[in-house]
Amino acid sequence: MSIALVDCVSFYASCERVFRPDLKERPVVVLSNNDGCVIARSIEAKKMGIKMGVPWFKVKDRYIRKGGIVFSSNFAFYGDMSRRVMNILDSISPKTEVYSIDEAFLDFSGTEKNVGCFNFGLQLKNTVGRWTGIPVRVGIGPTKTLAKIASYQIKKRNIKSRVLALDNQKDINQALEATPVGEIWGVGRRLNRKLSMAGINNALQLSYAPPQDIRKRFSIVLERTVRELNGERCLEIEDVSPTKKQIVVSRSFAKKITNLEVLNTVINDYVVRAAEKLRSEKQKSSTISVFIRTSPFDAGQSYRAIKSYSFTYPTDDTRDFLYAVRKTLAKIYKPNYRYSKAGIMLSSFSDIGYVQNSLFRESHTYKMNSKLMKVIDELNLNQKQIYIASQNIGRFKPIQRNMISPKYTTSWIDLPVVR
Amino acid sequence: MKINYIGTVIADNLSELMLPYFQDMVHAGFPSPASDFIESPIDLNKYLIKNNAATFLVRVSGKSMIGAGINDGATLIIDRSIKPSHNSIIVAAVDGEFVCRRLKTKPKLCLVAENKGYKPIYINSQIDFEVTGLVTSVINQFT
Repeated sequence: MSIALVDCVSFYASCERVFRPDLKERPVVVLSNNDGCVIARSIEAKKMGIKMGVPWFKVKDRYIRKGGIVFSSNFAFYGDMSRRVMNILDSISPKTEVYSIDEAFLDFSGTEKNVGCFNFGLQLKNTVGRWTGIPVRVGIGPTKTLAKIASYQIKKRNIKSRVLALDNQKDINQALEATPVGEIWGVGRRLNRKLSMAGINNALQLSYAPPQDIRKRFSIVLERTVRELNGERCLEIEDVSPTKKQIVVSRSFAKKITNLEVLNTVINDYVVRAAEKLRSEKQKSSTISVFIRTSPFDAGQSYRAIKSYSFTYPTDDTRDFLYAVRKTLAKIYKPNYRYSKAGIMLSSFSDIGYVQNSLFRESHTYKMNSKLMKVIDELNLNQKQIYIASQNIGRFKPIQRNMISPKYTTSWIDLPVVR
Repeated sequence: MKINYIGTVIADNLSELMLPYFQDMVHAGFPSPASDFIESPIDLNKYLIKNNAATFLVRVSGKSMIGAGINDGATLIIDRSIKPSHNSIIVAAVDGEFVCRRLKTKPKLCLVAENKGYKPIYINSQIDFEVTGLVTSVINQFT
């Protein structure tokens, strides 16, 4: 019974290196949308003291002076590299759960007898590395939670082979003892504090706690964690991804926005994208939330606001959401502030098939006309062709990505050059 | 066998590249009964790419490999999963730059061009060298 967690090392930064052999062993960082914060760092950049999530402008001068390399995020490229890594894992083990863009769980129970856990992990690491150029860590354990702990230990102990198999009780206990409770999968900051008040500081101590007590004093979720730490499988590999509970689209702007109309136009773009995504997942939403805020680094007055709009029945029509956004935004917008970020969230989902009829049908809704949205989606599938009039069509450039790398693997004109 | 019809090609996505082909010539005024049966379409992906996850395309700049039929501006298909051997055409990173050369493992490890104007690159401890992948095909476009 063995589960492997395969985790790409500094994924975005590693992607940027695949077609730039000149960047080997040089510090590389990748910035968030709009070049706001550092969202990925190579080991060399970490050693320079660049912290995760730090605002770029704060470290920029020092980092560049010391020879650091920086990229705007290139999600088209990272997405393709992720697909490659996941395809390889999927071909090795049929039971694979893609956990995030750079992490996956693999169930390889049965195989371990032939090659051994450590060797299996080594093979995984070498195959992914050779085939894609992306370095990965492989943490192995009897449960998902223990595989996560193995992966954490590889980082912490800086294990050169980047593979750790926790396949006997002695190694498991040693790893648990060296893992603070806050680093256990699913233990957040608040729970961390509560546990340390109860005298539980590391994973080994938590594993000794009687599960029934934990359930009573904390939660059934933490009880499951305790059982998993003891090698009892409670969390299965989910090879079918569960449907989303919400869709969020939010961006910070390249240039601050003060005008309501401009703000509305930019947010309408987010609405169109979110609604497209909603329809592609065959869901309907009955709540849309809008938020706007000024920059926390702006010397001027700060302001942030969020407001939700609920429909009396779920919808997937872009126009319904646009209507709701216009009404909601007008309520929270205040003039004379320099807005730096805005976003929307669709929530309260229900499947398309099941829509309860309301006594009070809103007069403005377009529910009967979902054909139009289908036609627009089909036309826009490959290339943007149809816009809603209130959308931002290149009038404002809300996104700034000045240092983006080529789309090496997804665009003919951006192919890497060999001499 | 002659191929006398090539369908429309959608070029922005290789996996959609399906060319239906007919097995018999179509004679004007005398439709062949066989032409009713369109064979399964040709998929260039299947023909050129054995391992999708490990396959990358790169563009050639320069004439270093002209003798091997690789023109300036050609597109190379490289497969990172195949181990190259003596005489393989490979793409490698040499001192931080990608080059395409023929690999020689004997008498000395080196990369040779297929063009008299280029010197061989001898691999020694002073050179930062890593094989990126094996070149499996070349696409020279004439129009």
